[in-house]
Amino acid sequence: MGQVRVCVMRIEGTNREEDAQAAFEAAGADRVELVHLKQLAHSDTVPQDLHRTLDDYDILFIPGGFSAGDAVRGGAIWAARIHADLGDQIKSFIESGRPVGGVCNGFQVLLELGCLPGWAGTLPDEPEAALIQNDIGRFQSRFAELKREASTPCIWVSEVPEDNLLVPIAHGEGKFAFAPDTAEEDLKRLEAAGQIVFRYVKPDGSPAGGEFPYNPNGSIADIAGICNERGNVFGMMPHPENAIDPLQAPDWTRRPRTPCGLPIFESAVRYARGL
Amino acid sequence: MVYPVHVAVSFKPGVLDAEGKNVQKSLELLGIATQSVKSVKTFVLSIDADSTEAATAVAEEACRRLLANPVVHDYTITVDASGEAR
Repeated sequence: MGQVRVCVMRIEGTNREEDAQAAFEAAGADRVELVHLKQLAHSDTVPQDLHRTLDDYDILFIPGGFSAGDAVRGGAIWAARIHADLGDQIKSFIESGRPVGGVCNGFQVLLELGCLPGWAGTLPDEPEAALIQNDIGRFQSRFAELKREASTPCIWVSEVPEDNLLVPIAHGEGKFAFAPDTAEEDLKRLEAAGQIVFRYVKPDGSPAGGEFPYNPNGSIADIAGICNERGNVFGMMPHPENAIDPLQAPDWTRRPRTPCGLPIFESAVRYARGL
Repeated sequence: MVYPVHVAVSFKPGVLDAEGKNVQKSLELLGIATQSVKSVKTFVLSIDADSTEAATAVAEEACRRLLANPVVHDYTITVDASGEAR
């Protein structure tokens, strides 16, 4: 049983990195470090003793926030910088099978990088899907209900029950979309490979069916999170790192429940410990 | 020569332009009737190149790599051929 070391990457504008750190610690990770992209890129402006290498970690997590002020598009700048500075490191990390997770802005980054859905290779030149502005045209900051798909190779949900999860959302650009001319076949391919991990649902567990407010952003097929074909790279829009304590649920006085987000981090830590 | 290159990024037909829709709705509330409103994001790049074709190629690469997501966006590139003094 090895030690599990987690790299929570940050750049200017990330704001959920400490929440993610707390979540991985609660999930039993041995060491969780907040690491700036420049530390991984071995930038001249970073002192030598702060230089880090992705290979020193067992899990890579890209947290939420408003990286680079969401200039151009959510996640686009961060993805471009990862591509330029860490391309080889991240490619070999993913190909080694270690868990890579992205939440909210981090999900946008993984899509912009093309690591998700990852059909054209680990780190293709162009993205294959997009997260665009919510149909409603406004930022949504509240709770949403979602449910994991029963059949998925995603290693991030092995400990997640198949009940409704109540998880906070906080995004303006969370509508999962494929290119309009290929959307139908892309969606079929995603479903066939079990790459849909979470979908938005109604409180009774039935599909949201695109209906607002259950589907908060108009995502195709109510998609809230997806993984790559191998199941080690995973991204989702809602914030499981903000659902790791029973007191974080809005109805905790009426309906005590186990924290909905914690099992996601526990799944990754357990998997990494077995590698 | 340094060419000012205008890049306009918009949603492909078939992709909902939520910002455009919202603007149209707000204009309607203000009593301003429109048939439709489309949001377009513009970037102006100053590109040092030997020809307008070369400047276009650089802008094309910029669109492909960062300014647009080809999955949902269309873009147009317009080079001001008169250029600017260095």
